[in-house]
Amino acid sequence: MASQPQSDNPVAGNDYVRITDMTFMRGERPIFKDVTIRIPRGKVTAIMGPSGTGKTTLLRLIGGQLRPDRGEILVDGHNIPRLGRQELFRVRSKMGMLFQSGALFTDLPVYENVAFPLRVHTDLPEDMIRDIVLMKLQAVGLRGASHLMPSELSGGMARRAALARAIALDPDLVMYDEPFAGQDPMSMGVVVQLIRLLNDALGHTSIVVSHDVQETASIADYIYVVSGGEVIGEGSPDEVLNSDLPRVRQFMQGLPDGPVPFHYPAPSVEQDFLGGEQS
Amino acid sequence: MIDRIAALGSKGLETLQALGRSGMFLFHALWALPNVRVNGPLLVRQIFSVGVLSLIIILVSGVFIGMVLALQGYNILTRYGSEQALGQMVALTLLRELGPVVTALLFAGRAGSALTAEIGLMKATEQLASMEMIGVDPLRRIISPRFWAGFYCLPTLAVIFSAVGVLGAYAVGVVWLGVDGGSFWSNMQNSVEWGEDVMNGVIKSLVFGIVVTWIAVFQGYDTVPTSEGISRATTRTVVYASLAVLGLDFILTAVMFGEL
Repeated sequence: MASQPQSDNPVAGNDYVRITDMTFMRGERPIFKDVTIRIPRGKVTAIMGPSGTGKTTLLRLIGGQLRPDRGEILVDGHNIPRLGRQELFRVRSKMGMLFQSGALFTDLPVYENVAFPLRVHTDLPEDMIRDIVLMKLQAVGLRGASHLMPSELSGGMARRAALARAIALDPDLVMYDEPFAGQDPMSMGVVVQLIRLLNDALGHTSIVVSHDVQETASIADYIYVVSGGEVIGEGSPDEVLNSDLPRVRQFMQGLPDGPVPFHYPAPSVEQDFLGGEQS
Repeated sequence: MIDRIAALGSKGLETLQALGRSGMFLFHALWALPNVRVNGPLLVRQIFSVGVLSLIIILVSGVFIGMVLALQGYNILTRYGSEQALGQMVALTLLRELGPVVTALLFAGRAGSALTAEIGLMKATEQLASMEMIGVDPLRRIISPRFWAGFYCLPTLAVIFSAVGVLGAYAVGVVWLGVDGGSFWSNMQNSVEWGEDVMNGVIKSLVFGIVVTWIAVFQGYDTVPTSEGISRATTRTVVYASLAVLGLDFILTAVMFGEL
């Protein structure tokens, strides 16, 4: 059974990412309130929850693109919010991130997109860069598309090319932002398999942010469910899928109404329809 | 009344914050020793995109403005029988004022708007964010070469503008209207001072180059990453840059030629 959110992640202990009592506000609105999350090294950890709960924001906080208002975010021992600009860029070279849109550089062909991190962070000779790029593209099934421009790729192919770029430097941490969104079933199956295979083969740590329950549960070692600015449940996929916690159950089983209301807060129907006033 | 004062104060604070942000933005973009191996090719590419691709509009505008100046100048100068001063009038007008100012306005419309839209679109499609996550500072990689390209290109374009303007004036004044060619060139040569006229014009366009490119890259980087946001940022670039050029032109002219 999924536990209450106490961040007692049983596979933790050798955490790669450790978020402690973190609060993040957008203006007056709290996105996260005293959240504690542990991401164990070498595992696939999923962050799940309804749209608009700040899952992508959490990845940006881990990557240092946003700073929390309170709390600590440790990535491999580095306290991300306290790092200077240059130190942060150094730490980021050990991270890879797959953006929801792919975010390929539109003025570079696929080959150059994948080669980009290698050219920037290494002094490898050109023939070695070529070998690495083709290996990464082979891993995502796009070796034959290396000459194509991003505008010539389908959505699924662009996502896979971006994945090849994200793992080009063999990072210690790979973050996936909604990797399954907008994919056809075939592409989705490929990406699902790739995340697990790459994690196991390369031995890195993976964080998958998604609201696709079945796909994410099939590859995750541990799942956090976030909603309303807090962790509402956590556990192994089986524990979270069979959770008795009402909010977790509503999300995992896709129930339209429950503790998280279907309707956006509004005046009563009677007041709106019979009151005669336009809001 | 109080609400209006509060709104005015809030707007003032927002403007100050934006100015502060743009200052820090430029500082971070430029505060580093240039890496020739990495930044050289990026700069050359931007010089092509910002400068070479602006050449057509600069050449065509320069020729026409020179031709119009010659026509107007000829009509006025013949009333006083001093049409031989046409070359002097055209050269001084172009070198001191029209060259730097019109080039900067055209540059803001052609290259400035393109820079803002390009950077804004890179932000909207998360390309800047992905670059950050790869461990590359977009201020150094994207902003810095574009800024330096604008800084180098605008004075060069202004000089080209003035040169083709003089040729356009020669075509109308000497070839078409029959002003003496020797007087046209010798009066120009005698009256144009290297330091006071040519270099002051170049200094003006250097200042315009910094301001126009700074506004363009900052508006792109600071844009709200939506289609409407990019559209507004592009418009702001052209409006702010044009107003800044005209305002600064007055100040610089007053300092250079107004004996302030």
